[in-house]
Amino acid sequence: MFWNEEIETMPRQELEELQLKKLQATVKRAFDKIPYYNKKYTEAEVFPEDIETLKDIEKLPFITKDDLRESYPFGLFAVDIKEIKELHSSSGTTGKPVVSGYTEKDLDTWAETIARGLTMMGIGEDDILQNTHGYGMFTGGFGVHYGSHKVGAAIIPISTGQTRRQIEIMQDFGTTGLIFTPSYGIHLGEVALEDGLDPKDFGIKAIGFGAEGWTEEIRHRVEEIFGTKAYNIYGLTELMGPGVGIECEAQAGLHIAEDIYYPEIIDPNTQRTLGENQPGELVLTNLEREGMPVIRFRTKDLTKITYEKCDCGRTHARMSRITGRSDDMIKVKGVAIFPSQIEKALLRVGDVEPHYMIIVTRPGTLDEIEVKVEASKDLFFDGVKEMMAIQNKIGKSIENETGIRVKVTLVEPKTLPRFEGKAKRVIDKRNLH
Amino acid sequence: MKIKQLSIFLQNRMGSLSKPLEVLTVADVNIRAMCMADTSEFGILRLVVDDPIKGKEALEENNFLVKITEIIGVEMNDTPGGLTTVLGIIKDNLIDLEYLYAFSHDKAGKAILLLHADNIDKLISVLQENNIPIVSAEEVYSL
Repeated sequence: MFWNEEIETMPRQELEELQLKKLQATVKRAFDKIPYYNKKYTEAEVFPEDIETLKDIEKLPFITKDDLRESYPFGLFAVDIKEIKELHSSSGTTGKPVVSGYTEKDLDTWAETIARGLTMMGIGEDDILQNTHGYGMFTGGFGVHYGSHKVGAAIIPISTGQTRRQIEIMQDFGTTGLIFTPSYGIHLGEVALEDGLDPKDFGIKAIGFGAEGWTEEIRHRVEEIFGTKAYNIYGLTELMGPGVGIECEAQAGLHIAEDIYYPEIIDPNTQRTLGENQPGELVLTNLEREGMPVIRFRTKDLTKITYEKCDCGRTHARMSRITGRSDDMIKVKGVAIFPSQIEKALLRVGDVEPHYMIIVTRPGTLDEIEVKVEASKDLFFDGVKEMMAIQNKIGKSIENETGIRVKVTLVEPKTLPRFEGKAKRVIDKRNLH
Repeated sequence: MKIKQLSIFLQNRMGSLSKPLEVLTVADVNIRAMCMADTSEFGILRLVVDDPIKGKEALEENNFLVKITEIIGVEMNDTPGGLTTVLGIIKDNLIDLEYLYAFSHDKAGKAILLLHADNIDKLISVLQENNIPIVSAEEVYSL
């Protein structure tokens, strides 16, 4: 089953011709309409007419999250605000958030990518789709929502949380499709099991999951609990939202909607483009975006790409699941956290920056994060009450900065490891990669 | 009159108490009285030693987090009700004690009570007005 058979099974040569045409148009529009690109490309002495082949994209400078932040909020928009129909923003990152703007046509393009994915999973107009992704500035909720409208499924916009209500609705409404983060999905399943219900009896046909790291073992656990297949969805707010890549029934990598996103893999250190099947950092370019064309965005996500035709018949490239990050970002409960945010939060409590370490675990199905902070003269008082107050203050400060509640533990001075050069601040014990 | 007490930050884990005590042994600092305030994760070890400055330096050289806190010691009768009398006076004068600990004196029938309050000067004057004998710091250090 295809949503858009002509595009999804297009012979590669034709597809690449289409990509080139779209790339040339995108670069030209960005250069003409957005001062940021105009300046950046002029400085790099590269101009729209230099893009004669797809390979020429490598002449263009990269764009990073920092560039997007500097353009906060609307600096990268190619259209007037009156053309913009929706605004989203990335969650919990350092400094200013990244804003994404969508025209009417962009929302339709976004829905198109999700519609293709839902069709891959076998979700269509007969289905009832329960979307546990949060609705709000986070793109997960609305992206799935619009795609579901497009395929004609009945969407339940329930968002995350209220686990028992989720289970009740699943049974009462006859939900056939589920969208969740893997950890929330497992939690959902386990709560049902605790209540004496078997999620296999719910009649779920397919599951789409994403927004956080996972392993094959996690996928198997999800599939085992719900007795159905679970498909990976990848995306990021900067480019649009979920739907950049989605798995088909072959579950052998995520098909990138290549007429909409142009993928490259680079070596994060040398920034040189790598070939097929070579692991590196994913770089993405919007080929079909009016509101805010993003060209050569460094996702910092590590993966690899194959162009081999898939068993499902699709010709679009497939990326492997994300195996890590080229920076120190960690995803906890679906929220992106950088150690620099923890640093900022700690600095706000004391005058000097204390030594700290972030430990991420998943004792059951949900993530837990512990921040160990070395006590110092500034952070030590001869009273248990005062010490508890300090711990709470640090916890609150971190929560304000990241949106995540963490456990704060004060440890003795000089007990945390010291590093020469770049400090390793995060210990991720979740075994996700 | 005020006693310099060492307050040491420790994590609550097996063996964490022995290390600072070893440091004091090596530095030849003798402990007069001690008490421990603990939570599930950390504790504050409070020590009265014969040479607080020397003790602090030795501990800090070994990376311990140490603060000197001023406390006072009072002499009370080592008989039933001895402690209650002192605490009654403190309570009647609306002084909020942070913590206290006690040990027996080498003077027969007497014990020493160590007290800490936020307003230590007020505590001293209240005790003096009520004729509770306050022991000098030197007396406690050299017991």
